[in-house]
Amino acid sequence: MREITLSQAVNEAIAEEMRRDPTVFLMGEDVAEAGTPFKVLSGLVEEFGTDRVIDTPISEPGFVGLAVGAAMTGARPIVDLMFGDFIYLVMDQLCNQAAKQHYMSGGKLTVPMVLRTNMGATRRSAAQHSQSLQALVAHIPGLKVAMPSSAYEAKGLMKTAIRDNNPVVIFEDKLMYQDKAPVPEEEFLIPFGVANVKREGTDITLIGTSSMVQVAEKAAELLAAEGISAEVIDPRTIVPLDEATLLESVRKTSRAIVIDEGHQSYGVTAEIASRLNEKAFYHLDAPILRMGAMDVPVPFSPALEDLTVPTPEQVVANARKLCAGELIHAA
Amino acid sequence: MAKAKSNTEDYLRMYRQMVRIRTFEDNANQLYLSAKMPGLTHMYSGEEAVAVGICEALTDADRITSTHRGHGHCVAKGAEFKQMFCELLGKAEGYCRGKGGSMHIADQSHGNLGANAIVGGSMGIATGSALRAKLQGSDDVTVCFFGDGATAQGLMYEVMNMAALWSLPVIYACENNGYSEYTKTEEIAAGSITARAEAFGIEAHQVDGQDVLAVNDLTRKLVARARKGEGPFFMELMTYRYHGHHVGDINREYYRSKEEEKDWKENRDPIIRFRAHLVSEGIATEEDLDAMNAEVEKDAAEAVAYALDAAYPDASEVDQHVFAA
Repeated sequence: MREITLSQAVNEAIAEEMRRDPTVFLMGEDVAEAGTPFKVLSGLVEEFGTDRVIDTPISEPGFVGLAVGAAMTGARPIVDLMFGDFIYLVMDQLCNQAAKQHYMSGGKLTVPMVLRTNMGATRRSAAQHSQSLQALVAHIPGLKVAMPSSAYEAKGLMKTAIRDNNPVVIFEDKLMYQDKAPVPEEEFLIPFGVANVKREGTDITLIGTSSMVQVAEKAAELLAAEGISAEVIDPRTIVPLDEATLLESVRKTSRAIVIDEGHQSYGVTAEIASRLNEKAFYHLDAPILRMGAMDVPVPFSPALEDLTVPTPEQVVANARKLCAGELIHAA
Repeated sequence: MAKAKSNTEDYLRMYRQMVRIRTFEDNANQLYLSAKMPGLTHMYSGEEAVAVGICEALTDADRITSTHRGHGHCVAKGAEFKQMFCELLGKAEGYCRGKGGSMHIADQSHGNLGANAIVGGSMGIATGSALRAKLQGSDDVTVCFFGDGATAQGLMYEVMNMAALWSLPVIYACENNGYSEYTKTEEIAAGSITARAEAFGIEAHQVDGQDVLAVNDLTRKLVARARKGEGPFFMELMTYRYHGHHVGDINREYYRSKEEEKDWKENRDPIIRFRAHLVSEGIATEEDLDAMNAEVEKDAAEAVAYALDAAYPDASEVDQHVFAA
């Protein structure tokens, strides 16, 4: 199978959907000729013109608000939020407006829009361009949240998001834009709420999102060399969450580590771990462990920044202890 | 009274719609005072000429976005009393199945995209609706209702900038009722409100919001031009809110005097003024209009009785409509 980058995969998904559905359009800062700072959208304006690939002023609440209104009245906007950190700027439009219209109107209004943005630290971009804020939006009823872990997922989830009749937030790991993966030439979609078992194992389940899927896979390889068999699962969407697949795995392995690049406290890892605790408690041989980013603003200095995100080695160390019956957090 | 239309039927419909709003609000206020309505609500009484003058210049295909003080917009855009009172009382037959209530009432069938409980929160939605119209080559126009208080929100300037850059068919209708919640507008708004729109190159008009014909005349002209791609436009409608910020805001002399309220109610009431005009022009007699008032009151009383008896939504609806299929 051919291999393309995550960036190309996103571009292809959007182009295909724009060809298929004339109501789809793209809007954001520097999305047209510039193709975004990451060049993810390069070439789209040449094919679809400036009516459908719209450069906006630097007005995040404004253009996200426009997307909500366009979506409520028959269009399918994709808005590009240049950095995930800017989500704070659009919280009212996203969480008070987009997320609630369908419910508040008793099902009469719908908001079929996609907000694509990014996440991920270790790009030396400091505290306001490095955050992974998926937990903030996953907390809000009415928003779906997708977290692609490779080019394949990036394409299939984007196409599903564009066709979904709800507001969907997609977090792309900005460090993975140039990573290649096999992606079929023929059309495919990845349904929401269906986890992907990346690697089967019997001793421990490693649940990773987005960038942390790679970390979990690397850890699983290292653990295999030590004779520990790790199962790796990528939920692919955290809302909706494929609880059944996660539970099935944990009931089998009896141990789990949940890894996500958002801050650990009150985060995605906490939510998943607690659901597994509630529903698989009697199958567990060890406490379920959360591994998120440190609860600090992301520091600039590489010497410090690299300490803040989970690494394969840390996952291995924790998995080893859990499998040996050792307590990681002594009482 | 400014001259707008000469069609008797149109005039009488405008009168009737204003009376319907006032009557709806009087009943809603009673429901609140008699503790039959959950939550609270914000009365539109006094501002009827704004909603009616504007909405009578629109078709069902034209959209509006409304505010927390939104019953008037909802009635003027064509909504029925029965579903509105059901919504205010949280009943299943309400426009939003009781899930929105007074502050979120929406009536998709007449192009009302909904009231919004965030001050200025719908400005993006209205402008986005206009962007959709332009992209899809549709000639509908969107009117964004908001109060003077909302002019202090940053979102307004972001979306007016884009609307002007892209010549969107949106009309920003600022209902200046003199008060930003419990504070005089002059204490929260520096400079001129219309000048803010003009800074973006948006044609702005100030109009007497108590004169339904003046409002309707201006809106018709602007809507026609917006349909041809000459938008956006901005209107500042000078009006007055008879009640407090919300129904429970009873003792309000610390921010406005009873004399001021009395003056607006007695000398500048939009319904009294239009009624006098209809009679003096021989369009209707006092008896005709009294009969119309009585009919509207009867409709409202029946709708209230219906809504009070109507069923609440079934418990199974609580987690419906979080996501669309």
